[in-house]
This record gives sequence, C-alpha cells and structure tokens, in this order.
Amino acid sequence: MKFGVIQFPGSNCDQDAYYAIRDVLEQPVEYIWHQESDVRNYDCVILPGGFSYGDYLRTGAIARFSPVMNAVQEFAERGGLVIGICNGFQILCEAHLLPGALLTNNTLRFRCKYVHLRVENDSSSFTHLCRRGQVLRIPIAHHSGCYYCETETLKELEDNDRILLRYCDKDGNVTEEANPNGSVSNIAGIINAHGNVAGMMPHPERAVEELLGSTDGILILRSIVERLA
Amino acid sequence: MIANGEPGSKTIQNTIPIPPEVYREMGLNDQEYARIVDVLGRHPTYTELGMYAVMWSEHCGYKFSRPILKLFRKYREAIEGSGLENAGIVDIGDGFGIAMKMESHNHPSAVEPFQGAATGVGGILRDIFTMGARPIACMNSLRFGNLDDPRNRYLFEHVVGGIAFYGNCVGVPTVGGEVYFEDCYSGNPLVNVLSVGLLKLEEVAFARACGPGNPVMLVGSRTGRDGIHGATFASVELGPDSESRRPNVQIGDPFTEKCLIEATLEALRTGYIVGIQDMGAAGITCSTCETAAKGGTGMKIDVRKVPLREESMTPYEIMLSESQERMLAIVQKGHEDEVARIFTKWGLNASIIGEVTDDGLVHVYDGQELVAQVPARSLAEEAPTYELDTEEPEYLARVQNYDLSDLPEPDDYNKILLTLLSSPTIASKEWVYEQYDHMVQTNTVVLPGSDAAVLRIRGTKKAIAITTDCNGRYCYLDPYLGAQIAVAEAARNLACSGARPLAVTDCLNFGNPEKPEVFWQFRRCVEGMAEACEFFEAPVISGNVSFYNETPEIAIYPTPVVGMLGLIEDVEKRCTSGFKRQGDIIALISGWTVDDIGKCHFESLGGSEYLKTVHGIVAGRPPALDMNKEKRLHQAILAAIDRQLLSSAHDCSEGGLATTLAEACIMGEVGAQISLSANCGPATALFAETQSRVVVSVPADNLGKLREICEGHQVQITVLGKTAGDKLEIAVNDEPVISVKILELREAWSRSIPEKMHSA
Amino acid sequence: MPKANVYVTLKPSLLDAQGKVVQGALEKLGYTNVSNVRIGKYIQLEIQGDGNLEQQVDEMCRKLLANPVIEDYRFEIEK
Repeated sequence: MKFGVIQFPGSNCDQDAYYAIRDVLEQPVEYIWHQESDVRNYDCVILPGGFSYGDYLRTGAIARFSPVMNAVQEFAERGGLVIGICNGFQILCEAHLLPGALLTNNTLRFRCKYVHLRVENDSSSFTHLCRRGQVLRIPIAHHSGCYYCETETLKELEDNDRILLRYCDKDGNVTEEANPNGSVSNIAGIINAHGNVAGMMPHPERAVEELLGSTDGILILRSIVERLA
Repeated sequence: MIANGEPGSKTIQNTIPIPPEVYREMGLNDQEYARIVDVLGRHPTYTELGMYAVMWSEHCGYKFSRPILKLFRKYREAIEGSGLENAGIVDIGDGFGIAMKMESHNHPSAVEPFQGAATGVGGILRDIFTMGARPIACMNSLRFGNLDDPRNRYLFEHVVGGIAFYGNCVGVPTVGGEVYFEDCYSGNPLVNVLSVGLLKLEEVAFARACGPGNPVMLVGSRTGRDGIHGATFASVELGPDSESRRPNVQIGDPFTEKCLIEATLEALRTGYIVGIQDMGAAGITCSTCETAAKGGTGMKIDVRKVPLREESMTPYEIMLSESQERMLAIVQKGHEDEVARIFTKWGLNASIIGEVTDDGLVHVYDGQELVAQVPARSLAEEAPTYELDTEEPEYLARVQNYDLSDLPEPDDYNKILLTLLSSPTIASKEWVYEQYDHMVQTNTVVLPGSDAAVLRIRGTKKAIAITTDCNGRYCYLDPYLGAQIAVAEAARNLACSGARPLAVTDCLNFGNPEKPEVFWQFRRCVEGMAEACEFFEAPVISGNVSFYNETPEIAIYPTPVVGMLGLIEDVEKRCTSGFKRQGDIIALISGWTVDDIGKCHFESLGGSEYLKTVHGIVAGRPPALDMNKEKRLHQAILAAIDRQLLSSAHDCSEGGLATTLAEACIMGEVGAQISLSANCGPATALFAETQSRVVVSVPADNLGKLREICEGHQVQITVLGKTAGDKLEIAVNDEPVISVKILELREAWSRSIPEKMHSA
Repeated sequence: MPKANVYVTLKPSLLDAQGKVVQGALEKLGYTNVSNVRIGKYIQLEIQGDGNLEQQVDEMCRKLLANPVIEDYRFEIEK
C-alpha cells in the first residue's frame, strides 16, 4: 500500500501529512510533484493544506489546473481513494470532484484553534473506525473554511449520507456557536457520491500525537489504511 | 585611494562635485561626503552616492549604535575577529543548530501597517533561510498606543492582519509573542518580528563571495521601484510628511517567498552555492558589497541583466531598490544551470548578473557603461561611526524619587483585579493569536497562552522554548535596570517552561539618538542587557537597532526587546502556566530570602501596571533585581521540572501576584484559596511586580521533595493555598480581600480586546 | 492594445460578510442612506491577438476567473 502527498507550489502541510503517514501510521508514502501526470501507483492520494498559489484569485482556483489534477481525476474515476485536507478540500471543489465551494469565514479572519467534530457517517472509507455521533477533537486553521452549496445539493448530501463531519460543541451538539466559520449546516467534511473522494477543512494530520494535543486524527487516517488493507 | 583599473577595464574619472542639497537629502553630511571623495580619490557618481548613502545610514551602517553594540561580547568578537560567520546560530546538540534573529519594521508599519508588518515577516524569514536553516517558527513583539484611539485600533488590526497574511501563507507557525499598549507608542507603533530556523550544523550557508570567476546570480522576484531609500526612511523621525512617503513601503508576496524558501534550501543541498545573502535593506547594493567584503573579493555586475518589473529603471534605482523576495547567490562556475533549474522549477527568476572578481571593488555596469566603482569594504564595513553625546535625562530623578508612600488603599480589591485583567496589556491575546496558524509544521508542543512557546525538534528528544520580553515602562524609569529585568524575565519564562537559556537576539527600539538623553537611555539599556546576558549565560547572537521612533509630540519609552531561546533536553519534561486540577497545593517560589522579605524594600509599586491603570501614575523605580537570587530561582524551577514534580509554573510579572494567580486559575478553569502574609499593605502584596517569583502548583505528595529542592538552591518556598472550587479567594494577613468567580475573571480577561476591536 | 475589464461578483443569494461590515463602517461615517454593499473583483487583462476576443474572455471567466458555483461575471472589451 502506498500513499502519495501532492505538492503544489505553496502547499505547506505536505510535510505534516507525510510525517503522519510515515512515522505514526508507519505506511509507505511519497511526495507527488504537481507536474506529474500519473498517480496510478498509489492507493491513496492526499491533497494537503496550505496556500497553493498563495490562494491568489480564489483559494484552489489555480491549483486545480495543475497537470497532476487530471491524473487525480482519472484515479478517482477508477475508484482510488482521495482525501483533500483544508486547501486540498478547496482544490477538490474547484476541480468539481466534490460539490460546493469554500467561502471566506464569516468572521472575516483567519482562525486557528481546536474544534470539536461530530462523526455523521461511520461507514465511509475515511471514518469507519469511528462511531456515528462520536466527538473528535481536531484543529482547524483557515481563512476560507465556510462550506457553501445550493439547497438541492445540501439535500442530496444529507439524503445520501455524504456528510462526514459537522462542527459541534464538546458534548456533540451541533450549534451555531460551535460553527467556527459559517459553513452551511455546520459541515466540516463531505464525500462524493461514490464514497472514494473526501474533503475536510480540519487537519487530521495535526492530531496524531499526544505531544501535539490530540490523537483523534489517527482515526481518520487509519480508517483509510484499514480500508486499503 | 583606489588604483587605476587593469588595462582594458574602464575607470571612472568623475571630478564633478555633487551639490550639498543632493547628498544631504540622501542623509549624508559634509564630512561623510568628504570621506567618500577621499576613499574614491574623486567625486562619486550619482549611483555611487546613493550606494554610500544607504550603506552608511544608521539602519545599514549602525553609525551611531556600533560603538555601543560592542558591549555585547559576541558582536565585539565578531567585529574584531573572524567576521560575522555563524552569526545567529546556536548549537543544540545532535548535530543540529538553531538560527535566530529579530528585526524591526516600525516606520513602514506606522505608515502602511498591513504591508509594513507583512514585509517585516518576509525580511526576517529571509535572514533565517539564507543561513541554510528552514524557518520553523516566528514570534512578534508589538506595541501600540491606547486602543480608545481609532488610529491605534486601525494600526493594531492591520499589523496583526499583515503578520497573519504573510506568516500563514508562507507556512511558518507564529507561535507567540507579546503586545503592549502605552500612550508613548501612539503614532510610533513597534513591530518587532523574530524567527527561528533549524539546520544541520554541517549545512550552514555563508554570505561570502568566494572564487573569482564564479557567477553571481539574482534569484526570486523581479526588481521594481519599491522602497528606494527605505533605509534612510528608517533613519529619521516620523513627521507630518511621512504619509506622503508611502511609496517607500514595499508590498509583500508570501507565495513567492514560500517558493523561495523551498528553492533555496533545495539549491543549497546541491553543494554548488558558494555563498548566499538575502536582499533586504539597500537591496543589490548591500548584498553585493557585503558578500564581496566578507569574501575578501570584488564583484562586477551589469544592471541590465537584472530582471525588472518596471520600465526605464535607472542604475541608481536598480541598485537601491528594496523589492522583496530576492536573494543573491554566488554559484560554483560550471553549475549555474543546475542551480538555476531548481529556482525555475519553483517559478522563480534566476539570472546571472555578474561574477566575482579579485580586486576588492564592486563594479556596476549599465550595459557597457561603468556607473559605479567602489571598494566593497568601504561600503560594507567602513561606515563612519560617531560617538554621540549622552546626558542623563532630567525627568529621571523626578520620576524615580516620586513618593509612593501615601498611595491610598483601594476600597474594592475585586474591582481592581478585574480592571487589571481587562487592561489590554494584560488581557488575553487570543484575538491576536487565533489569526496566526500556530500549528503548521506540527512541531508546536506548547501553544500560545503560556509563558513561552515550545517546539519539539523532530528526530531528537529535545525541544526548544522561545519568548520575547520587555517592559518599556521599567526602561523609562531606569534604563539599566529595566533592560536587565527584560533579560531576567525572559530567562524566568524559559525556566517556567523547563528550558535552560541558550542565546538572545534583540531588537533595540529607541527615539532620536542625536538627542543626548535618548542616547544615554540607549547606552544604559545596552549596558544592562549585556551584563545580564553574560550573567544568565545567554549571549546576544544577533539583533537589530531601530532609532528615531518618535514624532514631534512624543518619543517611545526605551524598548530593548529581548528574544530568548532555551533548550529542553527531554520534551516530555516541559511545564505550562495554568493550574491543572482541583486539590493541588499552590506555592510561591521566590529568589528573595527570609531576610529580604522582612524588609520590604524591594516590594514597591513603582512602575507597576496597578499604579498606571488605577492611579494614572508612571513613576517610582522598577522593582529591584538581584541577579544571583534570580538565577537560583531559575535553577530551582528547572530542577523541580526535571524531577517532574510540578503541575504548573507561572512567573509573576505585570499585574503582580494576584494577576498571576488569576491567570493560572483562568487557564486551568479551577479556583484557588489563597492566604498571604505581608509586611506591606494589601495593594502591594497583591499587585506589586516584585521580581524573581514563580507561582507553582504541585500534587500534595510532591511538596516535600519540592521543599528539598528549594532549600538546596537557597530559594524561599511559601505555601499559599490550594486549587479548589470555582472562585479565586485571597486573604492578606487573614483579611479576605479578593473573592471572584473564575467565570467572571475569565470574562474580563478574554473579552477585553475583542470588545475594544468591536468583534466580541 | 485591447483591454478586457472583467467584473466578478458574489451571487446575490450568498451572504457577503465583507460587504456587511463595509456598510456598517459607512453608516458610522454618516452615510446612513447606503442599503446594500456587495464586494467583488475587478480584473483587467491586456489581451492581444486575433480571433474572437469576446469568446476567449468568456471562456477565461468560466474556467478560471470566476467560480460559477458562487460567482457571476460580466466583462467589456476596450479596443
């Protein structure tokens, strides 16, 4: 099994994802330069957080045209597992591999803090090690994390159990106060119709060691490992 | 005098004198101009004049400060000895080194706070990765005027926004710092940015041009007209026409900087970069002559080969441009293409603009025409220095002798405590640090809010701790003592985190040094800092001087900011400031002994936040400091943390003991029952900012061992009470004076800044 | 050289948090007669060549300059 972490110009959390996979999950992992045209040899492709192309014009707008994204599209069409974290989620939406878009936080400021997430779907390849309703403690760090989609899209996501994670308080209540950025329906992460492409704004790769403050991120990353095994 | 050039090369024979108005406008005086004529053996060209004006400005040449900076041992050794090699790098063992530096961007931030602060971050990062170190963290020390003034709110908001904009995009976590609000910084905001980087000691890169014939490559962004004479802008007071100088402020591009970091580190790994220097103040002029001077070589460049962003730029403009995100690399001949390919891969320009020579001169060509021919050393190392006059300021005796004995005790101590907690200098800075990504790179082990930031060093068991400290008010009341306290407090903060001090970087912010009272303050601060750094075994390894922080109305307090780096040998043995649970014993560990405590002479409210906020007085002497006692305190705390006895450790500083206790309760979300005995009035016992004290909490079982450690280190331990309930209750001499719910303390502390900034 | 002026705006149904804050700031300055502030982007392109410039710019907008999920666009070509 092999993980690939894509590096766009401006990606910052590529190294963090790499270390989490290599040192904590102890799985083979490589970097994939954004000019690569083939990702067939990987089992899971990670689009990491950061500021690809400086977030210039719109976050993820330019990165989605990188050559590697064609390969990622084909990889996803053939059922390969793809997870976009933060900027990665933004890129997947711009590339239409996931529906909706990420807007500027309703607070208009960058926000870096630990949040609580309620697991909404516990059978996906990314969350099957969790229980529905379980509360995870994972950090966010973003300026544009406000998930938006049209009403019909939201209904489709809800009806088909495609919402993975919602922002909640420490007791698992999904409230407005617990929503750090104004996302519609407190959505923090979703999957595509086929269930093989996920996007989430919080950073699981930052919650993989007690030393860093939480190990809840391991549940998400290890779900992928076990699904691939 | 310079000799004529070799046969075949041209020489400038300019004998037209430059009018005094012209060179004075650039910041040079008559003597300096005469000196230039003497060095060159002729009058300078316009381009050469511009080069001298920037390199000999205070900002680049340290013409006023250098004689005083020699008080710092390492600086002196570097200047007198083998050059500034390895300046700013500390060996932390396991083959790793930490590069550390702090810089100011005060004047640009006063005029355009967002970009001023952003480019400040950009500049300090380049100082780090030019040494071959990957930047792993930033911190900042900020000062503004009172937040009731909309202009100060504007500056505060946009400075923080600018730091967030640049730091977050570039992927370097901003892990802490400090923010102070004082009237004297109104109109003179201080923006000091610190960065640390990690490298393998065998991979240090040097800023020297070696090997005549080696190509000189300019990498990074295109060059425009940004910031021309930015260095001279920083060398004068801010006046009514400063707004119109706005074109001097550069625009930062953090995306390009991120690519530059990756490309530079990758290119350095090829081994084909002989020398490299970042371009900051004075751009190409500075990087060419400094690398040539350090290499003992010369350089010839052609400005036509510099990739430009604007049309029709003159050689003068190209040499002085302070366009951001550029580096100068000296590459081993034959390997230019390989190195250039790396920069191109990252979307950056890489252009050969010249080559290293062996004549000690910097030749600047504009195509075929020679426009400058200057000895590198005269520009880089031979800026004239001046011994400025010093004079003890007349205000000093008056404020120091202010009689504080008649201060009335307050009626309501609870109200005072809540007032202090909501005073913006003390209040929670979460509004600030939540805007910074403080977790990227997944090394941050102690997040903002504690006494120091702690970062683990991947691949080792170690961690580093960093803090920035300076109480400008103390330095105003006693520059020498205030500066010593800044160092002592930094070391104390590190000790509370479990770190032993290693090194200091500084940012010395002062008013107009040409005023004898200001230069006296500068001299006394540096003397105090130098002595304290030697004492705490944390030498100054790098730093920055920022003068002219004053307007016609007001000058800033002398503000020598200390950035201190410490080492934690085992990252598991670290400590944070908040109480952790109910039922722990709370104790005060103090360097002052029983003999001292009886006397009260060192416990005064002079210079305290209480005195300023509640009584509107800035006077008295800063709290006394005995460095021996302070050091014993640090050693005791470190020993206790090493034995893993403590639940928490929080040092006493602004706001005094009551504030320290309140903060520990708020962070731990637990109350405390405290009983103090005091020989002075309750206000002094609660709010005096007495030095050399740390509030710790320990499980009851560990108290005995803690007492042994304190006895062994000759420091005093006094049990104050225990963590319990949901209130902070303090009795002084059995008289209850404080009883406030933690929730109420928390509200006052955490809402203050968001409410003032209208974003509660 | 021909120029294209592109205007990209948030779709009307979307909350414009920035616009709201700006409206509040204008009110504080005494302009209480401003009812709705929407903030968008103005992109200026210097564009050469033959061919159908309108069609090219339209494609640029649809592909890159605007995100059709959340933004509307219009443009004008100055020859």
